[in-house]
Amino acid sequence: MELQTFWFCVIALLWLGYLFLEGFDFGVGMLLPVLGRGEEQRRVLINTIGPVWDGNEVWVIVAVGSMFAAFPGWYASLLSTAYLPFTVLLLMLIGRGVAFEYRGKVDSPRWRRTWDAVIVLASWVSPLMIGLVLSATVFGLPLDAGGDRVGSPLVILTLPNVIGALAVLGFSLLHGAAFLSLKTEGEIRERSRGLALRYGPVLLLPLAALMLLAQLREGTTWTWVPLVVALVAALAGLARQGRWRDGQAFALQGVALAAVVVTLFGALWPNVLPSTLNPAWSLSVAETASSPYTLMVVSWVAAFGTPAVMVYQGWTYWVFRKRISTAHIPPVHAPSPGGAH
Amino acid sequence: MVPVELLDIARWQFGITTVYHFLMVPLTIGLAILVAGMQTAWYRTGNTRYLKMTKFWGKLMLVNFAMGVVTGIVQEFQFGMAWSQYSRFVGDVFGAPLAMEGIVAFFVESTFLGLWIFGWERLSKGVHLACAWAFSLATVASAYFILAANSWMQHPVGVEMVDGKPQLTSIWAVLTNSTVLAAFPHTVFGCFAVAGTFLMGIGGWKVWKKDRQRRATESEPKSMADSASRPAGDDEDRKLWHKSMRLGAWVGVVAFAGLAISGDFQGKLMFQQQPMKMASAEALCHTEQPASFSIFAYGDVSQPDCESVKSFTVPYVLSYLANGDFTSEVEGVQELVPEYQQKYGTHLPDDPRLGEFAGAPIKYTPNLPATYWGFRFMIGFGAVAAASAAAVLWFTRGGRFPEGRWWGPVAIANIATPFLGNIFGWVFTELGRQPFVVAPNPSSDDKVWMFTAQAVSPGVSPGEMLTSLIALTSVYAVLAVVEIFLMVRFARGGVEAVMPPEPDEDDEDSDVLSFAY
Repeated sequence: MELQTFWFCVIALLWLGYLFLEGFDFGVGMLLPVLGRGEEQRRVLINTIGPVWDGNEVWVIVAVGSMFAAFPGWYASLLSTAYLPFTVLLLMLIGRGVAFEYRGKVDSPRWRRTWDAVIVLASWVSPLMIGLVLSATVFGLPLDAGGDRVGSPLVILTLPNVIGALAVLGFSLLHGAAFLSLKTEGEIRERSRGLALRYGPVLLLPLAALMLLAQLREGTTWTWVPLVVALVAALAGLARQGRWRDGQAFALQGVALAAVVVTLFGALWPNVLPSTLNPAWSLSVAETASSPYTLMVVSWVAAFGTPAVMVYQGWTYWVFRKRISTAHIPPVHAPSPGGAH
Repeated sequence: MVPVELLDIARWQFGITTVYHFLMVPLTIGLAILVAGMQTAWYRTGNTRYLKMTKFWGKLMLVNFAMGVVTGIVQEFQFGMAWSQYSRFVGDVFGAPLAMEGIVAFFVESTFLGLWIFGWERLSKGVHLACAWAFSLATVASAYFILAANSWMQHPVGVEMVDGKPQLTSIWAVLTNSTVLAAFPHTVFGCFAVAGTFLMGIGGWKVWKKDRQRRATESEPKSMADSASRPAGDDEDRKLWHKSMRLGAWVGVVAFAGLAISGDFQGKLMFQQQPMKMASAEALCHTEQPASFSIFAYGDVSQPDCESVKSFTVPYVLSYLANGDFTSEVEGVQELVPEYQQKYGTHLPDDPRLGEFAGAPIKYTPNLPATYWGFRFMIGFGAVAAASAAAVLWFTRGGRFPEGRWWGPVAIANIATPFLGNIFGWVFTELGRQPFVVAPNPSSDDKVWMFTAQAVSPGVSPGEMLTSLIALTSVYAVLAVVEIFLMVRFARGGVEAVMPPEPDEDDEDSDVLSFAY
């Protein structure tokens, strides 16, 4: 029983890590056409996340892989029921990953414009899909007794889930702006900071609505605590941003996000995926969990692996800790069309 | 629930996405290790030639790496999306190696790759080299966990049935499954075969081009002046490509030897673990003793009675391949079918969740043309690639390169052979497993098996599945063109296009990044 609870928390933590880390790199991608005026500035934006976005993305793979290992029934029902959103998410992650790597490999404005469009599209659409499926796992889906979907592929598009989609989108955008004000200097820093201050409250609105909804529909008394923490941290973050404390603002957004994830997963517990058709068909932690032996095996791996991941990913951020600006961007270096000779 | 076309679409999708993913993976694994080796040589000798090799082959590796990473995400998700019943059935066992792969290998790979790409001059040379080894060894570890998961589907071990589902009793048994211990070396040798042939192909093409250019300038009237003014770097450049080519050929020869030995071992194991797969690989319709190996067949091998098939055979060889004994008996398809029917049933369960498959008869013979030819093409393409590596070692010894206008294109075309061998090998091994998704372990009585028809997601509509199949296939097709376009461009660009420009003297302490996207 304790191992099942532990793994429920580990999965919440992995999703938190993913939303925190890839949240800001989605935000940077979304802001590419807004804050990146001209090629040099766009390259500054992309290079703030250049060395780290790939490591960030692995969090979603490990979150989903851990759901498979620890709660196979959860993994199977959520991914097959939300088949289309996951398909769209996969297409976006494919395009986005390739775009970062290939964008600078040919020195041509048209080539770069194409990949920029892919980055922007994927950075807007991916958080929507993630928000959609995460709120669906909290609010439930029309599952039959076997855990499979009843109804059309689009049954996931309910109002609460759409609010959830907008919540992750809004958070990612704000988080991206805060990250850029922390990682750049000069003009881009000022504009991203201005954007965070001006639109911050609006961007956080769907997230607040999502939390309140989850709390009212599924929550318990104690989940009011993280809800309040989330609101206070988010507002304090904006206040610190106003005082040019970029690092504190960014960290406080992280605290707010952590509180949101705790509220949502707290509201979900002891289920992992409710059925909106019949409460008896809801998938619970106890029903979907792997055997104690399997959970113990993956616990040992996670116990040694996860801290190591945090250490070396933290080290990566330390290595590339410097703020960058257009003055740091080297000239484009790519093969010329005809080859060397 | 579960109309027939849903299963077909899901299988096509899995086949296409997995084969495509496995075009990228072997090149990534083999090339990553070779690049780490080149960087080590530079670190130890300080010779710029090794630095140039690291940068050039490293760039091609990165173009490919990105594609391997993004197509791998699809793999992790599609078990749940398209194969929910499979995921529920095997989750207690199958998820663990996947989660381990993520935590132990994939995190290391992605994080240290980022450090390696952006860390030139930012990190000390030693630390930067350590990053190269970290991500390249992590790709090998990744392969191990994925193959452990796949091997469990081929040969379930370390489990007992509890409430109709396999429950893990020993992770150690899963990680040391005889099937993975055989499949892992075979697959890794396959990766080096791909990477070696890749170096050989592009390196050879560059040498061929240099030689042709040189001959063209020498035959011109004012050749004296030209050859005198030919930059000294040109000879050095040729040496670099020649060395890369020969390195690739050596790697290839060793890898192909390893492939043959590990393949023989794996084949003998498969004759015990999945006799039907191997009988199908041989289109061996009737039990023979001693059994002959079929080199080539014509007629319709898809008929299990084999009446129309004429086959060129070598006597005794199949007995040896199967059992290491030239006179032993090898069971044929016709004799195996009743055995399988007796052990695993003649019809699928009459379960309404199986939809159109409920109570359907089970066809135990895999797709014979696919297994028969898949097996032969795997070996055939491998043999062509092996012979080419050996030929390159002989004909290019001591800096030689044969004259002839076709050698350049041939070197490039030859890059495809080990890829094709890999693909046919996987098509054979996965189609040969049918009709099972989890093939039964004949030496165990724990009754763990699952038919592919039982594995697909019952709640997903064929329309959704077709949408994702078309979308993924189209995106993959476009990206294949882009990747090849970039590879060609960087190959043409050569070393100049990947070496950073020489820094200005007074620019020593500038803040410009050594690398940026």
